[in-house]
Amino acid sequence: MVIFVMLGSVVTLGLAYYAMQQNLEFFYLPDRVVSGEAPIGKTIRAGGMVVTDSIERSDADLTVRFELGDLEGSTFPVVYAGLLPNLFAEGQGAIVSGTLDEQGLFHADQVLAKHDENYMPPELAELHQPE
Amino acid sequence: MNWFRQTFHRMGSPPYFYRGARKWITGLYIVGLALLVVGTIWGIGFTPADRLQGDSFRIIYFHVPTAHLSQLIYIAVAVAGFVFLVWRMKMADVFMVSAIWLGAWLTAFALFSGIVWGIPTWGTGWVWDARTTSVLVQLFLFIGLIALRGAIPNSQRAALAVSVLAIVGVLNIPIIKYSVDWFTTLHQPASIQIGEPIAIDLAMLWPLLINSLGLYAVAAGVILSHMRIHVLRRERDSEWVAKSLLTK
Repeated sequence: MVIFVMLGSVVTLGLAYYAMQQNLEFFYLPDRVVSGEAPIGKTIRAGGMVVTDSIERSDADLTVRFELGDLEGSTFPVVYAGLLPNLFAEGQGAIVSGTLDEQGLFHADQVLAKHDENYMPPELAELHQPE
Repeated sequence: MNWFRQTFHRMGSPPYFYRGARKWITGLYIVGLALLVVGTIWGIGFTPADRLQGDSFRIIYFHVPTAHLSQLIYIAVAVAGFVFLVWRMKMADVFMVSAIWLGAWLTAFALFSGIVWGIPTWGTGWVWDARTTSVLVQLFLFIGLIALRGAIPNSQRAALAVSVLAIVGVLNIPIIKYSVDWFTTLHQPASIQIGEPIAIDLAMLWPLLINSLGLYAVAAGVILSHMRIHVLRRERDSEWVAKSLLTK
């Protein structure tokens, strides 16, 4: 019976590992989107830092355009129509879910804010700003 | 070393444990609850709001202690499983039965508080990233241990099965811990890591440490009280139980 439990758990873990091999990564980083590794036309998630001064809101509707990038200079444009999460801001992480078109534009139907692991009061945060 | 061996052997003796644990339980509850009250009031009322998250970051004072402790309990159950497999120690089984329930509840609460935290910050309560999924796996492991324990009538064989599953499942612990470093996740990486500066401002850190300590003490009290009840039930036919109950 011990062997049975052991075999059962090992098989479960093995299957879980097999099933997850493709799916362990939650989103594509900007360099993989730019290099064309991310599939076109399929529903995927991609994420990066919201590039400073890249947010453009439409005057007519909720459409918003922005760019997501990494520190190495890979960026890709995103278009989204809907409400943004409270923590969505320039210089902060965001994850978009939707499809990438042939021109490299990401059509998002969901935007999530990825916050970092730093916690500090606002007054201190001002001191930490470079300028 | 001699002292350790002696304590280890004594803890394996049900009557010794039954008498000895009593003093500890009251102390653990008093200290633990006092710390939790102080930590909670301090955390909610007297820490500054976060620069980005505002007040919603305060869920950290409940989310982190429960999540961390639930993993610690899993590791402790696996160690007890190992002790049971090697030495067939009765008390190791008693510990496992008592701890898996608390582990399941704490994991569930960690997930729940994570959902509550995710809604205002991430913009969603749940995603299937490596961190959230591996913690959900831990909840299923605890539920599996409880079910396995209950499904086998012979308590010796049940304890064997629980030990083996607990030990195999411990593989999930490093996956939970490093999921945020190994893979891209929505969950942020750890703020407190050995060998790295703490990424939480000191004014916000104290209540977190106090609440964690308080929760550990209360949890130890809960597990010890459960264990005493289990010991009584198991040894109900023995002489020392009759004696200790009649003299009260």
